[in-house]
Amino acid sequence: MKILKQILRTGIVTEPLPAEAAAEIRAVGAKLEEAIRKRFRGSLTIRQVDAGSCNGCELEIHAINNAIYNCEQFGIHFTASPRFADMLLVTGPVTRNMEIALRRTYNSTPPPKLVVACGDCGCDGGIFGESYASLGGIDKVIPVDVFIPGCPPTPIVLLNGILKAVGSR
Amino acid sequence: MSILKSAILAAIGTEAKFDGRNYPASMDFCAVPRGKFIDAARAMKKANALLVAEWSADESPLGRGFGVYACYRWGAEYLVVKIGLPYDDPVFTSITGKFLPAYRFERQMRSFMGVVPVGHPDLRPWIKFEDWPEDAWPLRKSFDASKPMPRVAGEYNFVRADGEGVYEIPVGPVHAGIIEPGHFRFQAVGEDILNLEERLGYVHKGIEKKFESLSWKDGSRLAGRVSGDTTVAHSLAYCMALESMTGCNVPERAQWLRALFLERERIANHLGDIGAVCNDAAFAFMLYQMSRLREIMLRTNHKLFGHRFIMDRIMPGGVSADIDSGGKEMMLSELKQLAKEFNRLVTIYDENSSLEDRVRDTGILIPEKAREICAVGIVARASGLNIDCRLQNPFPPYDRIGVNVPVLIYGDVNARVYIRIKEVRESIRIIREILETLPAGRISADCGIPASDTAGFSAIEGWRGEIVYWLQSGANSEINRCMVRDPSSVNWLGLEQAVLGNIVPDFPLCNKSFNQSYSGHDL
Repeated sequence: MKILKQILRTGIVTEPLPAEAAAEIRAVGAKLEEAIRKRFRGSLTIRQVDAGSCNGCELEIHAINNAIYNCEQFGIHFTASPRFADMLLVTGPVTRNMEIALRRTYNSTPPPKLVVACGDCGCDGGIFGESYASLGGIDKVIPVDVFIPGCPPTPIVLLNGILKAVGSR
Repeated sequence: MSILKSAILAAIGTEAKFDGRNYPASMDFCAVPRGKFIDAARAMKKANALLVAEWSADESPLGRGFGVYACYRWGAEYLVVKIGLPYDDPVFTSITGKFLPAYRFERQMRSFMGVVPVGHPDLRPWIKFEDWPEDAWPLRKSFDASKPMPRVAGEYNFVRADGEGVYEIPVGPVHAGIIEPGHFRFQAVGEDILNLEERLGYVHKGIEKKFESLSWKDGSRLAGRVSGDTTVAHSLAYCMALESMTGCNVPERAQWLRALFLERERIANHLGDIGAVCNDAAFAFMLYQMSRLREIMLRTNHKLFGHRFIMDRIMPGGVSADIDSGGKEMMLSELKQLAKEFNRLVTIYDENSSLEDRVRDTGILIPEKAREICAVGIVARASGLNIDCRLQNPFPPYDRIGVNVPVLIYGDVNARVYIRIKEVRESIRIIREILETLPAGRISADCGIPASDTAGFSAIEGWRGEIVYWLQSGANSEINRCMVRDPSSVNWLGLEQAVLGNIVPDFPLCNKSFNQSYSGHDL
């Protein structure tokens, strides 16, 4: 009973996107709706890969799944297997120790596939740069369609980036 | 005289040289002859101390060979024992037989510095993978960190188990959820776990080496990215170690604001964890509710301090974000709502019997084991160890606030959840007290640069537990070495112990209740 009460009390907290992002989302949104319907039959499936991140980006990727951002409202959902994925959302920098696993994940994803590099480190290695242990940005290892900068990118920026990637090809 | 110091003196006598070029001055630091390293460990074991960390430093730019260090803690006392090794003969006696966590510290030292712990039972590389060249020792000064390394052939020998019906389950590095990479190797019979072997190192980014190429000021930015979920605590620990070396007096207001950030980080992460543990027991309701509360906190952070995780707001000498009276009001009303909703959710957690069935008596880390692995933080406090730097090593303002640290003894998943529940409540209280007391004044001071060939140490309580930094300055006052010890470096050992005898499907639940950092461990 208490559970039901809390559910009713909470109501629907999913938000219309904040005003500053709304215009941009609307612009991409029209394309997105068409693209997701045409190319992904209404649902975009993402496999997230941590190729060496500090876990900051992962927290924000979790956040887009929470009830407030509720990415499922756009038809976006996350899968456990790269074989079901339309898109790889990869955080970086790519470490030497993750390079092979990242390549394997990429090769297991059926084409056509989109790759989105997430966060400053995913874009160019960020503060970790290139070294004996870090290979730098995601595009050093696999082809990338869209880059989402930020340390870490906020949920709104993430959603924008994903929407952009969908409209990118 | 401190208990640990007297124990060292009783065991080693005048051969132990207590040294003054190490900070903070309140801490004991002694150099002993190479052969006495194990005697010191024995004396510490006898004095009931716990091993905090063991590490090595290449001191050739300072005209010496390698330094090997072990840090012990007993209650509020910290003591560091140092030995020097000549460059051409870098061997020392392993202390793994005395202190279990040295097992991984020493493997790591051998992998990264090429110093050899004689008598160590397992010299497989750690974090360094089998496809690295054997003689690649990244923490040596002669190592060129800017170049990629060639891959060589090699194989990692996992622990094997034989017998009728014994099978293996390899998991990872790429896991099913949105989490960090690591590899777990189970041996199981039916559903029962016989053994779990962790293999970590996938997110090794060369952080400790990277520190050596940065300025003291930029170091705090890197520290803030050791583990993204603990950005406040890591940059704070780095800054405090540095400030102890330069003698910087951090303004009082900045110290209180740092505690404010630290407690907010604690609440946000605990909320996320409580929800995630319940979700792994198929109670998604709690995940969504807790994520909602967490999001409310992060948004307040963003509004008040300009970053959802308060990243880069702590810097050497102080902080770079302040709070005004409007901000205070906002935070107080946020906390009021948070506390009310949180309590309601805890009641639901308490009354849900199917959830209770999953979390109780699952993944038990018994107090003896927790002590053996020298566990810290929430893991330790759920298993009967009363260890909390805010209490035993209180840095301002915790010496004034006082913290009611919860301790439970069951050591199961439920205990680790409940420690978090109690800590959320306590942190809400602490934040209210901080907001009420917050002294006026400046929020930063000039930190300065340390003198050459000195060392600084700090230990603070992040949300996972005790975070330790040890900084050493070189001949030209640059960073010669930065040792980072995330709580995960020791607590990962606890997970291996806790899952034994549990069923494989409960592993995610156990793992989530520990929620250790991969990035903070792999560095």
